Amino acid sequence: MENTEIIKVQHLAKNFGSFQAVKDVSFTVNKGDVFGFLGPNGAGKSTTIRCMLSLIKPDNGQIQLFGKDLNKHRNEILSKVGSIIEKPDFYRYLSAEKNLAIFARISGKDVSKREIAEMLDFVGLNGRNRDKVGGFSHGMKQRLGIAQTLLHQPDLIVLDEPTTGLDPQGIVEIRNLILRLKSEQNKTVILSSHQLSEIELISNRMVIINKGQSIIEGDVKELLNAQEMVVQLEVNDMEKTINVLNIRFESASFKQINERIIEVNIEKQLVPSLNQTLVQEGVEVHAMEPKRKLEDFFMKIIQS
Amino acid sequence: MLLKNTYNEFIKILAKPRSYLGIGALTLLVLLILFAMKADGKSFISFVTASFEQTLSFNGNILNGNLIAFIILQMLIVHIPLLVSLVTGDLISGEAAMGTIRMMATKPISRTQIVLSKFIAGAVYTFILTLWLGFLALIVGKWMFGTGDLIVLNSDGLVILKEQDILWRYGLSFGVAYLALLTISTLSICLSAFAENSIGPIVSTMSIIILFTIMDVSVFDSIKPFLFTTHMASWRSFFEDPVPWTTIRNSVSILVIHNIVLVLIAVYKFNKKDITS
Repeated sequence: MENTEIIKVQHLAKNFGSFQAVKDVSFTVNKGDVFGFLGPNGAGKSTTIRCMLSLIKPDNGQIQLFGKDLNKHRNEILSKVGSIIEKPDFYRYLSAEKNLAIFARISGKDVSKREIAEMLDFVGLNGRNRDKVGGFSHGMKQRLGIAQTLLHQPDLIVLDEPTTGLDPQGIVEIRNLILRLKSEQNKTVILSSHQLSEIELISNRMVIINKGQSIIEGDVKELLNAQEMVVQLEVNDMEKTINVLNIRFESASFKQINERIIEVNIEKQLVPSLNQTLVQEGVEVHAMEPKRKLEDFFMKIIQS
Repeated sequence: MLLKNTYNEFIKILAKPRSYLGIGALTLLVLLILFAMKADGKSFISFVTASFEQTLSFNGNILNGNLIAFIILQMLIVHIPLLVSLVTGDLISGEAAMGTIRMMATKPISRTQIVLSKFIAGAVYTFILTLWLGFLALIVGKWMFGTGDLIVLNSDGLVILKEQDILWRYGLSFGVAYLALLTISTLSICLSAFAENSIGPIVSTMSIIILFTIMDVSVFDSIKPFLFTTHMASWRSFFEDPVPWTTIRNSVSILVIHNIVLVLIAVYKFNKKDITS
């Protein structure tokens, strides 16, 4: 991973009247990162992203993209950025290809009709080129939004809730697309999402924002590995299992879900030993699966 | 980038049904007046000239294309602002309501260029509307009613203009009428920069026109000469004899100043605006 800083946000603050939407947000995104942008509703994610795209003028703080100040080099910076903010909106009375042509014309790069057709094909809208966008479903608009984002071949892609309203197949397609952009074209992607599993699956770095402040930032694996792991066990003898945990694994905490299932909060390196000890004590372990780590991590951070 | 986005604006205006609504409504109104005048124009003229018939005798084709064009301009100058603002009042706020302004503002085009391209597109649309009005009123009017001298009744009395002395007056009067309509267009785009829906600027534009027009009380006498509405009918001055050039120059200056100030306000507001839609 190269460590060239693509985005550097420092002490960003924005008020809307008396409401402090962003108090103090700082984070750094490196080239080639798929950067997860996490936070509960109203945390200040969208305001931060809008500030980064010059839609909102911050009251305080600095935003640098590609090593340049956003205020001073706005147009140069934005020519290298593709984005979807919340939902892609298009001219309903124009066709898909005319919509793309309109946004391509002001994207800072010359885009041919053939490239527009290829991009529509790439996002699975081939054959709908001349259909008016007014008749498109939400999923189709989302695909068109992705096409609009990628058409001028930006180096940085900002996706704010890109999977909202998509069906499971659409979510998988967007996820695969992001992974392809990273692996094949080494694009830098910022992904803001409520879908924690999405971030966990595809992001390598992340920041968590709460109440207008960045709480924690870092490598996803490192952040999650530093925490205790939660494993869900399905066993045939709950009494023996609890005894083993109490006597042999004092540092672990647990919660019995039902007669056969128990959730154990334990250090990651102790998991194989736990399994081995249970088997040695005659407990049949029918299943042992890790629970969503990011979900727990996120909740801990937010609640703290 | 300004030219590219202006081209985009033309594409949008051409594709929007409401753009044709204005032109369609104008065509219908003018055709209605033309057919009404064809059917009952003579009695209308007799009614107007009746008070002069004891001292004057009218010969020839009084109800001609030149008079019809004058009547049409006179009648429609109140309605056309609505048709203009219907399209121009939607140019920024309509995009804010649709969410597309957010998409545009994340592109490498300055906000000033976005606003200016909308002003240019609005100005061209207004020009086409004025040109179409001129064609319907003057060309179709002459085709239906023939040509002849123009008799105009104004505050100083009856003015009779020779047929060969009329065309240049129409050319210039359409120019000034266009400038007046351009001010409406600029006003509605300016209001559009403050709004998040398209109805607000259209209603506000019409309200301002109505308010400024009915402010006909002595308290407002000092500011009235500086209001654009006072100069909206300046095109009529070209049909006076002699033409009051100083008055016309004054009107043109005030309309031009209005346009410049309104553009500057819109550019300032749009540049300062947080796009949260």
